[in-house]
Amino acid sequence: MEQVETSERAPARRVGRVVRHPSPREYVRIAVVLAVVTAAEVAVYYVDWVHEHGLLIPLLFLFALIKFSLVVLWYMHLRFDSRTYARFFVMGLAGALTLYMAVLLMFRTFSG
Amino acid sequence: MASVSVPAAGTAEGLLRRPRATTGFWSWVTTVDHKKIGILYGVTAFAFFLVGGVEALLIRLQLARPNQQLLSPSVYNEVFTMHGITMVFFVVMPLSAAFINYLVPLMIGARDVAFPRLNAFSYWVFLFAGLFTYSSWLLGGAPNGGWFGYAPNSVLDPTRGMTFYAIGLLMAGIASTVSAVNLAVTIINMRAPGMTLFRMPVFVWMSLVVQFLLAFSLPIITVALVELLFDKRFGTHFFDPVAGGDPVLWQHLFWLFGHPEVYILILPAMGIVSEILPVFSRKPLFGYQFVVFSGIAIGFIGFGVWVHHMYAVGLGPIANTAFGISTIIIAIPTGVKIFNWLGTMWKGDLTFPSPMLFAIGFVSMFVIGGLSGVTHSIVPSDYQQTDTYYVVAHFHYVLFGGAIFGLFAGAYYWWPKVFGRRLNETLGKIHFWVMLVGFNLTFGPMHILGLQGMPRRIQTYPKELGLTFWNLVSTIGAFTIAVSILVFLANVVLTQRKPREHEADPWDGRTLEWLTSSPPPEHNFDEIPTVHALDEAWHRKYAETEDGRVVPVPAGGSGAGSEAEGHGGHGGHGIHLPSPSYYPVVASLGLFVLGYGLIFSWWLVALGAVVLLAGLYGWALEPSVEPSEA
Amino acid sequence: MSEAAVVHTYESEHEATSTGLPNTKLAMWIFLASDVLLFGALITTYVVYRGRSVVGPYPSDVFDIPYTSVSSFVLLASSLTMVLALAAIQRGDLGRMRLWLLATAMLGMSFVGGQVYEFTTFYREGLALTTNLFGTTFYVLTGFHGAHVTVGILMLLTLFSLSFLGRLTQRDAMTVELVGLYWHFVDIVWIVIFTVVYLIPTGP
Repeated sequence: MEQVETSERAPARRVGRVVRHPSPREYVRIAVVLAVVTAAEVAVYYVDWVHEHGLLIPLLFLFALIKFSLVVLWYMHLRFDSRTYARFFVMGLAGALTLYMAVLLMFRTFSG
Repeated sequence: MASVSVPAAGTAEGLLRRPRATTGFWSWVTTVDHKKIGILYGVTAFAFFLVGGVEALLIRLQLARPNQQLLSPSVYNEVFTMHGITMVFFVVMPLSAAFINYLVPLMIGARDVAFPRLNAFSYWVFLFAGLFTYSSWLLGGAPNGGWFGYAPNSVLDPTRGMTFYAIGLLMAGIASTVSAVNLAVTIINMRAPGMTLFRMPVFVWMSLVVQFLLAFSLPIITVALVELLFDKRFGTHFFDPVAGGDPVLWQHLFWLFGHPEVYILILPAMGIVSEILPVFSRKPLFGYQFVVFSGIAIGFIGFGVWVHHMYAVGLGPIANTAFGISTIIIAIPTGVKIFNWLGTMWKGDLTFPSPMLFAIGFVSMFVIGGLSGVTHSIVPSDYQQTDTYYVVAHFHYVLFGGAIFGLFAGAYYWWPKVFGRRLNETLGKIHFWVMLVGFNLTFGPMHILGLQGMPRRIQTYPKELGLTFWNLVSTIGAFTIAVSILVFLANVVLTQRKPREHEADPWDGRTLEWLTSSPPPEHNFDEIPTVHALDEAWHRKYAETEDGRVVPVPAGGSGAGSEAEGHGGHGGHGIHLPSPSYYPVVASLGLFVLGYGLIFSWWLVALGAVVLLAGLYGWALEPSVEPSEA
Repeated sequence: MSEAAVVHTYESEHEATSTGLPNTKLAMWIFLASDVLLFGALITTYVVYRGRSVVGPYPSDVFDIPYTSVSSFVLLASSLTMVLALAAIQRGDLGRMRLWLLATAMLGMSFVGGQVYEFTTFYREGLALTTNLFGTTFYVLTGFHGAHVTVGILMLLTLFSLSFLGRLTQRDAMTVELVGLYWHFVDIVWIVIFTVVYLIPTGP
């Protein structure tokens, strides 16, 4: 893994790296997408056709996932940062999803 | 490190002047040194151990004969509840924290943890959580609903006891969560040059797994406790069946935490044993990578077995079967560790000082506890065993025979490093043997009692059930354990009176802490060692010849023994250590007051919040190293 | 994508870590991972009890989706202003940073204000904390979220004030980044809550 110089005084790694950041313009574009998706969420909530065809929940989840990902990947910078941060966050996320889905199943939330 | 810009040295800053004491009472109150904090954890936890032990003796006295009324039913409920809460949250967890705090930075070649003030904060919050919970005896009654606090009983109980339970454990949870983040970052990020993850001692690996178990399981019980607190204090309906609530939700949330918790309780002790067995077998740990990976596997799978505490709740055959399978599976990595420990000792050059005796005690007693655990995993068998003394036997074999024996092993092993003198060997052996006999006398019969049908948590039993004999044996065993603890206490008192021997490496150890003096200087190492291999300290002392014989490295090699006299070391000058601080204890006092406020008065909540905020602000604005000392 | 800004993060000369990553940022991500489990448990409680209230008012009786969606826009906008504040301090533009920090705090306060107004409206319509399961689970879940937002606002206002005292400079960009991570986290939790609690209909 991290092989480093053997000098007693050498620190393992210097902190201070060159990191790519999106520009303010890009951030604004993302905000616009977030707003549009939110508007879409509210819109499908009111469209009867969506409800009748059982599409509401899948669409709402899709929209939520898009917004969640945009904020996490761009605003929270995970797309550009070290994978280590993402790994820990995903650990928590995957753990939560699995464990709580099991609980919901045991409460028969999705049946009947 | 992220901070705010520090003003020029010499300007008065903040509400409180920086503490300066290096010895005496205030130096302990304001310390941010992981070694002092480790000692604080250890002493406090041991004090709680004695209290929890007295609670155990009271239980055993009450149950020694049928139809006794030494403790009334309601007092009995408080005593066994507090015994469980104490041993889990105020003894084993903080004793593990004591070892982790003291040793991890030394073992990875660091000077302290990532966030020293946060470390101090964790200790003080733990102390206040314990005091808070115990103050309930004087303020309307102690928790009485079992350490697992099942609803609706915990909600409907008319005393304040379970409210103290909820708030006390929330406080303890804050301490541990914050500590988990601190130590995880320390282990991941502050290792000495050359110490890759797979050159870390097993104890450090187990500590790392434990920090993630804590970080991911504590939030779940936090929610459970908040919901309990709200039901009791504000009349919400989280566990109220009349309003549509479901007490089983409590069980899920509690055990989602509670099962990982038992691995939190055992993994540090497993780490300790993994360090001790090789030293006294004079052989490397057999299958280091397997031991590490099984620790990780246990941690991971440990999140997937919680329903085995709920087989008899009626969740149905699919849930029960699924979790039965996962529970059986978790026995595998556990077994792997056992075989690796045995493999370490096999054909080793064995010696049996006290640390080794306790470590072997751990392995054997834990196997017994593990075997009864495997019987629990089988659903139909568990239908007979659950809620009987068979379960009590199981978890005491793994938590006492396992964790406590392991922690005592660590105490005897690292005592010379921490205090500069070894504990008396004769008294140590007496402690071990008396405790081993007493322990087995206490908990062995409980397997029989359980299978004979003795339920858990009963204040007494009728003579006709035929439970008397083994209950009496168990009580005798408990007092035997107490005698052995007195022997240990005597050993401690006698040892601490002796002058220090300052042996840097009395056991011919394998890990980095033995490279520095005993006790270590405040800065741990004059020069941070560069690591070239697993068991670095051993490799600096010994080399292998072509035919595999271990021979000492010629004197004048890379410095076995104290680095304090080392070449090129600057004897501790020019090393910037984090400065002591009042703010961790101030902030924890705020939480302490806030806790009482939640029970008694909104004014106290406000006061506690103000003190907490003042502490946090002061902390945030204070530099971690005082500029005048930089 | 488009213009990438190349930014050097400033760290003190003595800092060095095994992964090359700063301790504080690593700590924040681990903390956020654990906070996911906290909100997950609260959301799970809500979902388990969805539709199980024995008495009303029920969600469809009280929810005002257009109103709450304005709140959602506000919180999302605050994530934009937050990241603009960070970009500003990374460039060394303290003035802009102050502007965007203040904007974020104010948007956050609007959100919390909006929540308070919403809660008082629901209360007047008969939904109290103890009225039924819906009241219990709704107020505690959204209340915890609101408390997190409030803590965030306090941190933002603190940073805003410190910048006037010369205590927050380009060297301290990491501090703004960390507060930002916390703030965005609070935003993504809301994204989930808005969907699961408000938009997904509770059955009859």
